Amino acid sequence: MSDQAQAQSGDLEQRLSGFAGQSSGESSEGPDEVNQAMIRHWVEAMGDTNPVYVDDAAAKDAGFPGVIAPPTMLQAWIMRGLRASQDVEAARAAGTAQGDGPTDRLMSMLDEAGFTSVVATNCDQHYVRPLVLGDRVSMTSVIESVSAEKSTGLGVGHFISNRLDFTDQHGESVATMRFRILKFRPRTEAASGAESTGAPEATARPKRPRPSLTQDNRFFFEGTKEGNLLIQRCSGCSTLRHPPRPACPTCRSFEWDTVKSSGRGTIYSYVVNHHPKVPAFDYPLVVALIELEEGTRLVANVSGIASDAVVIGTPVQARFETFDDELTLPVFHPVDGSDIGDTRTVTESKGAH
Amino acid sequence: MNPTTLAFDDVSVGDALPTLEIPLTRTLIISTAIASRDYQDVHHDPVLANQRGSKDIFMNILSTNGIVGRYVTDWSGPGTVLTDVNIRLGAPNYPDDTMTLNGSVTAKDDAAADGSGGIEVTLRGANGLGDHVTGTVRLRLPAGAAGSQRVAR
Repeated sequence: MSDQAQAQSGDLEQRLSGFAGQSSGESSEGPDEVNQAMIRHWVEAMGDTNPVYVDDAAAKDAGFPGVIAPPTMLQAWIMRGLRASQDVEAARAAGTAQGDGPTDRLMSMLDEAGFTSVVATNCDQHYVRPLVLGDRVSMTSVIESVSAEKSTGLGVGHFISNRLDFTDQHGESVATMRFRILKFRPRTEAASGAESTGAPEATARPKRPRPSLTQDNRFFFEGTKEGNLLIQRCSGCSTLRHPPRPACPTCRSFEWDTVKSSGRGTIYSYVVNHHPKVPAFDYPLVVALIELEEGTRLVANVSGIASDAVVIGTPVQARFETFDDELTLPVFHPVDGSDIGDTRTVTESKGAH
Repeated sequence: MNPTTLAFDDVSVGDALPTLEIPLTRTLIISTAIASRDYQDVHHDPVLANQRGSKDIFMNILSTNGIVGRYVTDWSGPGTVLTDVNIRLGAPNYPDDTMTLNGSVTAKDDAAADGSGGIEVTLRGANGLGDHVTGTVRLRLPAGAAGSQRVAR
């Protein structure tokens, strides 16, 4: 039972981590222009008597082009409203159609796992300019990260961070926002014990740290899972680059694709880690900068060479090592196929599977 | 609120904002949620809020943003240009409590060529359970001449 719960928990975490870097699918255009009626509702509810939100002359007197919206009202312009909220709730209750977007799927997945409550924890807003009457606000959103399971004062749950970009009718940025929520299992259910997740076995080897996946680097880790070492290539000038990043440093193009590396390269530089010993790794740990024959370099572990026998310039070949269900990484071995010196390192490494 | 915009020159690091007490009525929590088009039941339906693990309805984050913005401009005046509102939420704002806001000026940029400039206010809003909100607000204030100009109302 606890094994099963643990397996399910691990499976969930794997599926959750896949959301990082995805567009949330919540792109939306505000249904209405920035307008006096909604502003009036807002300022009356908030008890805000600032005249620049309701009085054109006062706004101009204060240096604005006319009535402005309260800057903190930003999100209100793109909220989906009552009917759409009810439709989503009804679909969830019926267990039928879910929303199309990744956020809807993420929320449904967490709901099903018992994390039925949600609370906002952080909100950072930056305003490029005040919104004025007649502006039309659109928003796009990216899921920046989904945390591992955390214990909080409210209960056990997962933190979800989103970045929202707000633009006006001309496509110009008017504001940006980072928003973090906690999707958690209410304590009343947790207290019953029925839903408690088993603690990891004390003897289980901890997993390696997860990469922080983004829209830019996701291809790399998906490639390694399939035994492919992919390098980002600029679509504009064909320059290769690694580590992954949004723009080409040569021609500044944002367009890119990937090429598959042969996996052949040489050790450009390296360090040998002895301390501190992180339980997920074997020591001494050789961390090397590999120069691939395609021309880019990447940081990776070296196996099959005793840590005191590593030599800069040694030809190496990538092999793919699967550390757990979620993580496959290239590990570089001497190219002649016969491991050099003490083979203890590679033996231990294989033992860690 | 203060009808005259503070001048950048007249603000110093360490200046305290006046305390603002917000009575947390059900009307406030519900009307602000609806004004922000947030129809999640935890912000207006006590029974459903309870089923979801909350002891009662509670204020939504957009409303906390709105009140934080209001708190600062109540002090700095209508000519304020808000540029950043960064908040962290703690204890929920449940009904029948009071949130007490306090803040002070914690940073001041160099003045721009026209005499205007940016400042940072660090603030805290506490209710009976503890800190509901902590955070910083960045705003631009005009130069002295503009700051002392007459403002309608």
